[in-house]
Amino acid sequence: MSAPLVDIRNVSHRFGQLPVLKDVSLAIEPGSYTILLGPSGSGKTTLLSILGGFVTPSEGKVFIRGQDCTAVPPAKRPTTTVFQDYALFPHMSVGGNVGFGLRMRGIDGATRAAKARDALALVGLAAAFDKKPHQLSGGQRQRVALARALVIEPAVLLLDEPLGALDLKLRRQMQDELKAIQKRIGTAFVHVTHDQEEAMALADHCVVMNDGGIEDEGPPERVYARPKTRFSATFMGESTILAGSVSGAENGIVTVSTAVGPVSLPGAPPAGDTVALAIRPEHLLLGEARGSVALGAGKVGDVVFQGSFKRVLAASALDAALQFIAKAPASATVQAGDTIAISCNARDIILLAD
Amino acid sequence: MRAAVRLAAWVYAIAVYGFIFLPVVVLVLFSLQATSFPIPPFTGPSLRWYQAVLADARLTSALVNSLLVAVLSSLASVTLGFLSAWGFARFVLPGSALLRGLITLPLTVSYLIIGMGLLVLFNWAGVPKSLLAAGIGHVVINLPLCFAIIYSQMGDHQINIERAARDLGAAEWKVLLLITVPVMAPAIFAGFFLSMTFSWDEFVISFLLTRFETTLPVEIWNLLRSGLNPKTNAVGSLVFAVSIVLVVFFELTLLRRKPA
Repeated sequence: MSAPLVDIRNVSHRFGQLPVLKDVSLAIEPGSYTILLGPSGSGKTTLLSILGGFVTPSEGKVFIRGQDCTAVPPAKRPTTTVFQDYALFPHMSVGGNVGFGLRMRGIDGATRAAKARDALALVGLAAAFDKKPHQLSGGQRQRVALARALVIEPAVLLLDEPLGALDLKLRRQMQDELKAIQKRIGTAFVHVTHDQEEAMALADHCVVMNDGGIEDEGPPERVYARPKTRFSATFMGESTILAGSVSGAENGIVTVSTAVGPVSLPGAPPAGDTVALAIRPEHLLLGEARGSVALGAGKVGDVVFQGSFKRVLAASALDAALQFIAKAPASATVQAGDTIAISCNARDIILLAD
Repeated sequence: MRAAVRLAAWVYAIAVYGFIFLPVVVLVLFSLQATSFPIPPFTGPSLRWYQAVLADARLTSALVNSLLVAVLSSLASVTLGFLSAWGFARFVLPGSALLRGLITLPLTVSYLIIGMGLLVLFNWAGVPKSLLAAGIGHVVINLPLCFAIIYSQMGDHQINIERAARDLGAAEWKVLLLITVPVMAPAIFAGFFLSMTFSWDEFVISFLLTRFETTLPVEIWNLLRSGLNPKTNAVGSLVFAVSIVLVVFFELTLLRRKPA
């Protein structure tokens, strides 16, 4: 197996007394699109800053292309960063901005201009070469920042919530473009976000972070379908969480007693007696006895029409604290106040250690 | 009643502006006097006293000296002020607030005290009275000013811009020269022009610290000792005109905000 492009080994970091990263290890493969997903305060931005060289970790090492880069300053490491606020140089033209990194490497003006034009063409802004940053829209500035970071051909491109300042429509559009650009040039991207949709749309490798640690990592399909922890089951997409305890396990079938009765599902019991069962909204079935596992009746609290589907929130009749989150077809006739039977199929239940 | 209030407001406004500007108006008006005394009745307009000023070698050389001291001391003030503002804004320093207070303290000390202090110090150190000594005095009074102006404009939003430059491979001095200075240019120019204005018509420190070669305000003072004549008005008007130009530059650079 080839060595990873970036190898983060046992990195911990404290700001003063406050630990923000706790023994994090992460490998990033060449040509991959890695997303660091987590709520604010999860340490994802600190981890990115450590990769970019803006922060030197309190403990641990960072290897890039096999070289120890832990304490190498940003100017000297093969990474570039796209900042959340773009950080374009306001007094330089767009061409001057994009050519800046090449200028610092002593590349002559003509080559610089040609390369800057190529990079701008890559992000679809070929015509903006002579403009000033303040003449561009937010989305265009974002592209300039991207071109500026890519033109010096970094080994890893770091993006700090790059789409955070854009409106939703532009965001989805830029998201598609980011992915397309990444596939075309093949540079490894590491992208920080708290938007799980963005994460699922972009990532080859999704890293879910919480409270200074990595909760789960892997292909987004796997992280979504089979989250490893309760946190990633609720942060990467929504889930209904059933608390319970293991009451039996044999022949690959685990039985868990819960507030809505015993639930049997295939799998091996995790360590510890208390467990959590997570069920994705699209796996909850509404109406009489449709799935193999009955979850009791629910009183519908809210139905939100979302275009292609309806999001249904229902409180369990057996346990008021249990809130079902289900996805019903747009044509469903369910209404707030209805009492409805809820079920699911055993194979769709995710068994998690609590 | 309302009419009376309005009238009172007008009278008040005219009185205030008259109080402020009448001396200058009189000065400029009688610099254009055709006869030998700057007293009514007005006999001009005539430029003969301006001619006399420009023909006076002492005055013209003092004018050149003043310009030289103003430009060089302002350059030194703005450079030192910028570097200290950058240091305070970008690095965590022990006792930062105290040190910032100390650096701006000379703003509150009278020029007379600063001038006397420098006189004693230079005397002790064996630095002769000279334009250089006066220039150093002007740096002492203008550095805090440049520091305060530039520091107030050095916001956090520039931190990421500097980071981006470093990230793209710029050495620290290149970050300063190619990024921070141009981005801060309005504040830097504002500091420079304000320093120029203050140095240009500064009297006390120049008076205490120069001897043979001296600056224009000191030379005017020499001239005044032999009594008022329209020549003093003419040279005073010239000083005033240059100050106005500098203040306009200052206002333009500080107040002109870039779009977005």
